[in-house]
Amino acid sequence: MREITYREALREAMQEEMRRDPAVFLMGEDIGRYGGVYSVTKGLLKEFGDKRVLDTPISEAVIAGAGTGAAAVGARPVIEIMYVNFMTFCMDQIVNQAAKMRYMFGGKIKVPLVIRTQGGAGTYCAAQHSESLEAWFTHVPGLKVVMPATPYDAKGLLKSSIRDDNVVIFIEHNLLYNRKGQVPQDEYLVPLGVADIKREGQDVTVITYSSMVSVSLEAADELAAAGISAEVIDLRTLRPLDMATILNSVQKTGRVVVCEPDCKTGGVGAEIVSQITERAFDDLDAPPVRVAGRDTPIPYSPALEKLAVPDKHEIVKAVNGLFNRKSGL
Amino acid sequence: MTTQHPWIALFRQMLLIRRFEEKVRELYTQDRIKGMLHLCIGQEAVAVGAMSVLRKDDYLVSTHRGHGHFIAKGADLRLMMAELFGKRTGYCKGKGGSMHIADIDMNHLGANGIVGEGLPIAAGAALAIKNIKQTDQVVVCFFGDGALNIGAFHEALNLAGLWKLPVVYICENNSYAISTHIKKACAIDQAAQRADSYAMPGVTVDGMGVLAVRDQVDAAVKRARNGGGPSFLVCQTYRFLGHGRNPDCSLYRTKEEEREWKQRCPIEVFRGRLLKDNIVSENDIGQMEGDIARDITASVEFAEQSPYPLPEDLEADIYA
Repeated sequence: MREITYREALREAMQEEMRRDPAVFLMGEDIGRYGGVYSVTKGLLKEFGDKRVLDTPISEAVIAGAGTGAAAVGARPVIEIMYVNFMTFCMDQIVNQAAKMRYMFGGKIKVPLVIRTQGGAGTYCAAQHSESLEAWFTHVPGLKVVMPATPYDAKGLLKSSIRDDNVVIFIEHNLLYNRKGQVPQDEYLVPLGVADIKREGQDVTVITYSSMVSVSLEAADELAAAGISAEVIDLRTLRPLDMATILNSVQKTGRVVVCEPDCKTGGVGAEIVSQITERAFDDLDAPPVRVAGRDTPIPYSPALEKLAVPDKHEIVKAVNGLFNRKSGL
Repeated sequence: MTTQHPWIALFRQMLLIRRFEEKVRELYTQDRIKGMLHLCIGQEAVAVGAMSVLRKDDYLVSTHRGHGHFIAKGADLRLMMAELFGKRTGYCKGKGGSMHIADIDMNHLGANGIVGEGLPIAAGAALAIKNIKQTDQVVVCFFGDGALNIGAFHEALNLAGLWKLPVVYICENNSYAISTHIKKACAIDQAAQRADSYAMPGVTVDGMGVLAVRDQVDAAVKRARNGGGPSFLVCQTYRFLGHGRNPDCSLYRTKEEEREWKQRCPIEVFRGRLLKDNIVSENDIGQMEGDIARDITASVEFAEQSPYPLPEDLEADIYA
C-alpha cells in the first residue's frame, strides 16, 4: 500500500469531500494562497477557487461564528483555527452558539461544522502556541472531539467529520504532520466515536490518543521485552468516548494507564479513569493511573518543554508500578 | 375598511406585538412565565418596518429582545406562547424559551442570549447564500446598542464589508445597555459612523417611525439582494419598560426623558396618522383590537393546555 503523510492525508480528505459535495467549503487564516501555516490546505485554492477556499482576516470569533451561521443554513464549512490556543477567541461561538443551537432550538436545526485546529508541545513555541486544550471541548454537550494519531485515521476521521451533521472539533498535532503511514488509494471512512486497538495485549491497557499513541506503542515494545503484554487503545474520538472498547479491554487486562498530552487536572484521563472505576471496579487488579502533561503552561526552553509532556519512560514506569515491580530500565 | 392599504398591515403588526408583550408581561409578573425575558414595548416600529420588506425565505437573526422580530416575520402566536411557557408544543419544544426562540423552517436563526454574538452568525449565513447556495436571499440581523462595543460586532462588520455579503445589520438603539447609556459606552457620538470603517453605508433612522424604518431597510435589502453588499442602520428607539424583571429605571434615566419618548410612541403616532388620513376608522381599530385579543387569548389557552416536555426529552436533540 502507498504511504503518505498525515498532512497529505488531511488534504486528501478535504479534497475528496469538496469534490463530492459542493456545500463543503474552507475558511481560515492563510489557508488559501499560502496553503496553511502547516501546508495542510496547499493547492486547494487552485482547485476549488476563492468561493470555496477563503482566506480570512485574523478574526477568529467571526471565523467561528460565520462557520456556525453558514452551517445553520445548509453549507458544510470546514474552518481552520491556526493554533488550538487561538480557540480562546472562538469560545462563545463554539460553546454558546454552535454546540447548543440544535438543542436550544428544539432539534430542528443541524449545524454541520468542522473546526480544524492543531496544537501540542514539541516545537519550542512556548505557552501560547503549544498547548493541548482538548479537555475544554470534551466538557461541552453538543460537540464532538476528534484527535487522529495516524495518516490513515486522519483521513478517514476528517471525511467522517465533514459528513457529520454536528459540530466537530478536529484537533491535529503539529508533530504528526510529517509522519508517514499507509493510506489506501480507494475511498474509506473511519467512523466517529469508535476507538482503535493499535496493539493487542493481555496484561495492561494503555488508553491514549493523538501524539501519545506512538509514544505508547514504543513503551509497549519496551514492556514486551520485559515480558509485559500491553494493549494500546487509540481513542481517536474523545467525545463521544468509546467506553465499550475501553471496558472490554479492562475486563481482559485488569490494569489501566491513561496517557494524555494535556494537563492532568480535569483532563480526559480523569474522565476515563472515573468511568472505569464507576463501571468496572471489580475488573481492576490495581488502581488506574494517569500519565499526563504537567499542570504547567508549556515552557519555551528545550530543557523544560520535554518535561511538560509524557514520554515513553513515564509510561513504562507507570505500567511497572501497576505490577508492583521495578522499571526494567 | 380599506384593507388594501399597506399601512394597515404595518399598524396591525405593531399593535399585535404591543398587546402580545403586554400579555407576556402580565404572565411574567404572575410568574406563569419563568426565567428571563425582555420586552420590546416601544420598539415595535423597528421590527415591523424592517420585516415588512423581507421575503419569507430571507433569514432573521434576532436578539434577547426578539419577540417583535419573530411576530413580524409571521410567527404562530400559539407556538410562541407555548415556548415561553416551556411547553413541549413550543417552537423549540420548551428548551429555548424567550431568549432562544427560533424556527429554521421559517428561516429564523434564533434569538440570542449573548449580546452581539448574532452578528458573526448572520455574516456566515450571508456567506453561505452568496458563495454556496447562490440565491438572492438576504439576512437581517438585529442587535441592541449594547452590542456596539463587543469584538464580534467589529469582526462581523469587517468581514461583511470585505466580502460584500448580503446582510443588513440593524442596531436597535434604545440608548441603554441595561443601565449604561450609549454615551458612556461608545467613543463616538453617531454609531452609524462605524460603517465608514467597514466599507458600507451607515444610516441613522427614526426608529419610532415605521415608515422611515421600512424605507431605509427596503433600500438596504435591495442593495444586498442586488449584490451591493451589507448596510448598517441605527434605528433610534426607546425601551418603554425596565430591563428584564426590574421595572425600576430611576437609577439611570429620568421620568422626563421617558415621557418625551412615550409621546413618540410608534403605535400612537401612527394611529393618529391613519385616522387623520382616513385610512382606518376608530371602529376599524376597535375591531382589530378585538381580533388581536382573541388571538392572544387563544395562544395563552394553547400554551396552558399544552404538555410540558417529558423527562426523556432532557437528553434528546443534543446531537443530530
